[in-house]
Amino acid sequence: MTMDRRGFLKLAGFIGLAAGTACARRVAGPGSRYTTVDGAEDAKRWAMVIDMRRFNTAEDYQRVIDACHKAHNVPHIDNVRHEVKWIWTDTFEHTFPDQTHTRLPEALTERPFLLLCNQCDNPPCTRVCPTDATYRLADGIVAQDYHRCIGCRFCMAGCPYGARSFNWVDPRPHVDHVNPEFPTRNIGVVEKCNFCVDRLERGLPVRCAAASGGGIVVGDLNDPDSEVSRLLARHYTLTRKPQLGARPNVFYIVDEDVVRGEEEHVG
Amino acid sequence: MQGTGKNLAAVAIFFLIIASPHLINLVYAKAWTGPTEDTPRIRAMADKECIESEGWMRRNHMNLLLSWRDAALRDTDRIYVNGRGERYDISLMRTCLGCHSNREEFCDRCHEFAAVEPYCWQCHYAPEQVAKEGWR
Repeated sequence: MTMDRRGFLKLAGFIGLAAGTACARRVAGPGSRYTTVDGAEDAKRWAMVIDMRRFNTAEDYQRVIDACHKAHNVPHIDNVRHEVKWIWTDTFEHTFPDQTHTRLPEALTERPFLLLCNQCDNPPCTRVCPTDATYRLADGIVAQDYHRCIGCRFCMAGCPYGARSFNWVDPRPHVDHVNPEFPTRNIGVVEKCNFCVDRLERGLPVRCAAASGGGIVVGDLNDPDSEVSRLLARHYTLTRKPQLGARPNVFYIVDEDVVRGEEEHVG
Repeated sequence: MQGTGKNLAAVAIFFLIIASPHLINLVYAKAWTGPTEDTPRIRAMADKECIESEGWMRRNHMNLLLSWRDAALRDTDRIYVNGRGERYDISLMRTCLGCHSNREEFCDRCHEFAAVEPYCWQCHYAPEQVAKEGWR
């Protein structure tokens, strides 16, 4: 049998396509199928509002950080060059470097802010990832598949919020308290806050929000009656570095109640 | 022919080296013992059925695990419904290892025999090992 160049290329193309399709097919037993927890078709649009009125003592911040880091087996590494963080605090100046004028009230500028992955609408990290290990889901969560991360750290360079940490050392010996229902990461991968996507998709509350005593609210922006939508409609909020166009979905309530140090009950 | 003896000796030594794994196995190889299902959760089950039939699981578990990973992480599908209509939470550590809480006898025994080194354990814990060894 003889085959011309054109015929060979056609055959090779079909074989490649068939192989690709076979690889992409999901495996299930006879008669088995995959589905979502609630069977819902419509994706939500997750967002977080951090109500700075509820964060007044060091303890207010620490219990939120501990709840997250314990649940997700985030290693505690003293060497700052190797540290891994999912949720942490920083100064006003570092959180909102674009809020530059010098006559802002001290109640605002002297206050630590809680930082975490902003679950951007237009995330630079996913755009630069060469292996599609990090990607944005339809519900707005920027997820990461550690199985696929090759540790190139492009996403760390891309992220304008410093939300990503690289595992320079094996994290396992540095996990102080193991949650045996959640994995760790391994040396050589980048990790970050996953917005408790595994819990949201099972209808469970987000860890930091549950521990915050109402200071952190997670909800659906598509629903105008959700608590996040109502808080955003009622309060003056900031997002981090909006001029970069990443369109973050973590909002900070910083209106006059925060400045006056008053606490108003919401909802 | 000159040097035939030396040549034959060299050939014999060559074949000895090539065959050495088989020769060693003739003496030392142990019969393969399959995985054991002797865990508290499985003992308590009335009909000891995994999510799919035993033969299917034995052939396909590695691909099923990859599909579970992709379904949960990429497509937000967190539930697997099998042919009997039973719903399972897509979770290695809660669902799979919840019943198969004997990593050494269930996973490692076969993987060592087959000389495969899955990298699951670099990140995933075997919950019973966390309980036994403190946590590391």
